Amino acid sequence: MTKKATKPVIYLGALTTLAIALLLTGCGSKNESTPGSAPGAATGGKKQPIANIGSDTMVNLAIAWADAYSQVEPAVSVEVNGGGSGQGVAALINGSCDIANCSRKFEEKEIADFKAKHPGKDPKEFMVGYDALSVFVHKDNPLEEISIDELQQLYMKDGKIAKWSELGVKNIPGAKGDEVILVSRQNNSGTYHYFREIIVGKKNEMRLGTVDMNGSKDVVDLISKTPNAIGYSGMGYATQQVKHLRVSKKKGEKAVEPSIATTLDKSYPIARPMFMYTAGDPAPQVKKYLDWIIGAAGQKIVEETGYIPLPKQ
Amino acid sequence: MLAEPHRRVKRRPFELVSEKLIEALICVCGFSAIIFVFSIFFFVLREGAPFLSRLQMGEFLFSTEWFPTSQTQPKFGVGALVVGTLSVTILAMIIAVPFGLGAAVFVSEFCAGKAKETLKVVIELLAAIPSVVWGFIGLTVMSPIVINTFHVPIGINMFNGAILLALMSVPIMVSIGEDALKAVPDSYREAALALGATKWQLVYRVLLPAAKNGLLAAVLLGVGRAIGETMAVLMATGHSVRIPKTIFDPVRTLTATIAAELGETSKGSDHYQVLFLIGVLLFTITFVVNLSADLVIKGIRKK
Repeated sequence: MTKKATKPVIYLGALTTLAIALLLTGCGSKNESTPGSAPGAATGGKKQPIANIGSDTMVNLAIAWADAYSQVEPAVSVEVNGGGSGQGVAALINGSCDIANCSRKFEEKEIADFKAKHPGKDPKEFMVGYDALSVFVHKDNPLEEISIDELQQLYMKDGKIAKWSELGVKNIPGAKGDEVILVSRQNNSGTYHYFREIIVGKKNEMRLGTVDMNGSKDVVDLISKTPNAIGYSGMGYATQQVKHLRVSKKKGEKAVEPSIATTLDKSYPIARPMFMYTAGDPAPQVKKYLDWIIGAAGQKIVEETGYIPLPKQ
Repeated sequence: MLAEPHRRVKRRPFELVSEKLIEALICVCGFSAIIFVFSIFFFVLREGAPFLSRLQMGEFLFSTEWFPTSQTQPKFGVGALVVGTLSVTILAMIIAVPFGLGAAVFVSEFCAGKAKETLKVVIELLAAIPSVVWGFIGLTVMSPIVINTFHVPIGINMFNGAILLALMSVPIMVSIGEDALKAVPDSYREAALALGATKWQLVYRVLLPAAKNGLLAAVLLGVGRAIGETMAVLMATGHSVRIPKTIFDPVRTLTATIAAELGETSKGSDHYQVLFLIGVLLFTITFVVNLSADLVIKGIRKK
């Protein structure tokens, strides 16, 4: 009896396997055919693409804008790519993007290149917000301010400062030993690039042996659990568990509190504006998108993603 | 019941066709694994290959200078990363091997009935915890504990990562180690007990030597698991390029470097290609470990 019972079971199994296989292939071909036969039927026409390439610092922000804008204007799809400000500039010069994201201004050579390729046009600049980095320490750390020079000696390869006592800090509650734990970011992040450029300098290397976290929020989390640590992250990522330091350009000069106001009046040294560039006057759809970004809805997203919005007009 | 053999000889044509079909299907399933492994290796190597001609192998393997995004002179030395991977793996094994094999001996020899079943289920449950959850535990729970228990300046370090890796590789060691012990014939046990050996003597003098190949295979598979692990070590080892001086220094592993950096490199750049070469290096390391595990297992079968 057992054999009689098992045989049909095997057939059943084989049949279902075959049926599933057939179904899968059938579905596959059906899916492939759908987009071709009825393109964009739901939206009632082809989606208008806006190509948006450039700065890695701005890539998260640009994606957040693009996502939110797809709700506002379903007929337009903004396609965001990172790669760095340089790539954005190159793409704009080559005409392969509508908007270039740049966490710096166009250099003179780049403007000349652009004019050679596009006679009679200028790269048109739109300021869309600010990027400001705070230097964080544990909330129990008595240190209140730090200079750019000191930060350079901490973070530069072969820099001179490696102990808290060398910064004049003694007895951090809960700290073990005198070692400064340097918290940094993975070496591709826009934040890392900006910090390296402004603190360590283009010609110097970062110190090896920093603890490299994989996100702005992770940096703050780690510092909040590590009394020996110092690190940098976007100003918007501050929490109750960490303390931001006032930063001065040189030791002895007045240290400036990081805030929206000090970013806007340019007194805070680790902040920079973020730009979007178009080739000459933007097309109507692109203009509409840029106006939305500079407007209230777009600037709210700037604040939500941890950057500094433009001053309210 | 007499009709049974008659029925089996006289097959309907559909039965014959389906038989062949299923055979082919199973054959494809078997070979697909080989095809996948080789094509993955091929594609990883292909992405990294253009850089091979410019790569100085000595500098790549032994230099500790990892400046892939330098604006003056990018340097691709993975020495510190290799040391990081090996040191965290070795420390993990120092912790995991006594626990894993001890648990295997306990489950197989000293435990019976309900307790045995429960233990096996719980240990297998340990293997079901996703590695990102382990990493999260390391980052949030273990880090302050490590700082305060050992009075070290940073809690995410080699020790933290090694504990997590140990916990992740113990389940593999236990289940394979237990199988190896089970494979030792009962006559060995009976003979030892008949000679008046205590349980400890039985384990130490008879079972461990008899099952040593299987236990070695268990350990090597655990090593493979530890070397290949990414998410947990990315979050819990501190991700810091340096040669560790103590077990409480943060380190960075090869896997974590790929995971952290590949997402934001531009495709085809030197950095991108070097990351794929790191992939090839890792592939080679795990291949060697797994191959030796296989050879050892084969050794047992022959016996």
